[in-house]
Amino acid sequence: MTPTARRTATRTALLWVARHALSIALALMFLGPLVFIALTALMSDRQALTSDLWPHTWNWGNFAEIFEKAPLLTWIRNTLLYSVLATAFMLVSSIPVAYALARFRFRGRRLAFLLVITTMMLPPQVVAVPIYLIWARFHLTGTLWPLILPMLLGDAFSIFLLRQFLVTIPREYSDAAKVDGCGEFRTLVRVILPMARPAIAAVALFQFFYCWNDYYGPLLYAGTDLDNWTLSLGLAAFRSVHRVQWNLTMAATLLAMAPVIIVFFFAQKVFIEGVKLTGVK
Amino acid sequence: MRGNLRALLYLSPWLAGFVIFFVYPLVSTAYFSFQRYDLFTLEPVGLLNWEYFFKDQAAWTAIRNTLWLVVVMVPLRVLFGLGVAQLVTRLKAGAGVYRTIFYLPALVPLVAGTLGFVFLLNPGTGPVDAILSAVGLPAPDWFGDPAWSKWGLTLLGLWSIGDVMVIFMAALLDVPKQLYEAAAIDGADGWRQFTSITLPVIRPVLMFALVTGVIQTLQYFTQAEVAARVASGATDSAGSVFTPGYPDQSTLTFPQWLFQQGFRDYAMGYACVLALVLFAVAMAFTLVLLRQFRFAEEES
Repeated sequence: MTPTARRTATRTALLWVARHALSIALALMFLGPLVFIALTALMSDRQALTSDLWPHTWNWGNFAEIFEKAPLLTWIRNTLLYSVLATAFMLVSSIPVAYALARFRFRGRRLAFLLVITTMMLPPQVVAVPIYLIWARFHLTGTLWPLILPMLLGDAFSIFLLRQFLVTIPREYSDAAKVDGCGEFRTLVRVILPMARPAIAAVALFQFFYCWNDYYGPLLYAGTDLDNWTLSLGLAAFRSVHRVQWNLTMAATLLAMAPVIIVFFFAQKVFIEGVKLTGVK
Repeated sequence: MRGNLRALLYLSPWLAGFVIFFVYPLVSTAYFSFQRYDLFTLEPVGLLNWEYFFKDQAAWTAIRNTLWLVVVMVPLRVLFGLGVAQLVTRLKAGAGVYRTIFYLPALVPLVAGTLGFVFLLNPGTGPVDAILSAVGLPAPDWFGDPAWSKWGLTLLGLWSIGDVMVIFMAALLDVPKQLYEAAAIDGADGWRQFTSITLPVIRPVLMFALVTGVIQTLQYFTQAEVAARVASGATDSAGSVFTPGYPDQSTLTFPQWLFQQGFRDYAMGYACVLALVLFAVAMAFTLVLLRQFRFAEEES
């Protein structure tokens, strides 16, 4: 080995060590809060108020206790209802719109796409007052329906993301289907949808978790009746409403996180590919 | 012509939604901004709501706080996201595992993550301050001290940079390898390679991350609301009313003040003034983003 080559080799090795050391340190910082929440969830209520990190006793009963302290099952049911219905409605209404924007040639196509991006970027608070008044007129405030029903009319973010994927499917596929005598709608259902499965899975997961995690929407519409609350809403008020201890609050926190984390481990690729689609390309 | 009709059919759900949930509310918001409305009585008041806006101390505090987050938190998140992406794309072993770990917090429900951070940064219960004072750094009362509460929210924001990281990772992997090899032969070191190759290539993605970051931060609501609620120990029992911003209005953001005015104090006319201000600012940044999309469209 020449001295220069050896120097380069040493430098490469040092860089390798530095990168991995930094990665491990970062990984500990990213996982730390999750581990900390899990450990606190298992402590006794007295220990949760101290700075000791390791549970003296493992209080698995905490997870049973939170179900007695708060109507968690009702909140989970409401959250599921909101997430599942909103996702289903979004898919039915948004896929044809995205397909039209990606494939059809018509006047105002570009304008329509720009308007989709504009509505996607609009802070929901801007139009909150008049929309609230619409739902109040139908006596639907105090329920979660004002968050679910609009999904029948398409969701801008999902349309945008689906459109970004659909434009990448080569035209030849749909042309071939048309030669075989498929109409536009049959082509969409038989040819395009199966090819767009990864993108559809991504928007469905994003929508589901957006609803599962949503706090602002339920805060605005669910009202004061605890029976109409979602998990996020209940969690934010958990400590104060029920005057419960930190250990139980963290147990409930863990419960709210668990489904998201479990699904992520099974569907990681779908998430990552979906996020990539949101970038400019 | 048949093509236009067919497009109209496919687009009709979204068009209806656009009119009902965007055009009509926007016009209506402008109308309400000249009214006094509390859900029961509607009374035209001319420019009164607008005049009040310029005298409303809390609104300007909320604007300052939101600007703070835009100027400090957004760039820090983008830089950190880029840095982590840069690191992960350079790893030869274990990149997948690290990517999973770094992305995970982005999925944690906002309420849950915020609760965790308030407890984690609480000097009496969490380990963070103990570690800081052990290495001789100041150990602040994060969410209880007006000077530090926004930094607490910033830490929470840095923890969940998964989306930003993934977008940057995709962009970094798109940079042609030959460019780096050529630069290395010319003797350019790591930093030179980054500034003269990486940065120019990923510039559109960087812009995208910054602009979407700003727009998201203009809507910043949940984390500030939950942190203030939990840190203040506010009880929802009768007689005690939650006011956002604890401690000392330091975490009061613009959307929170809008929500407070419109849906807790039922000053809906005035809330519409705040909504239009928010709309103007968000629209300005959206236009920047739209221009970028137009360029991207033309290139493809």
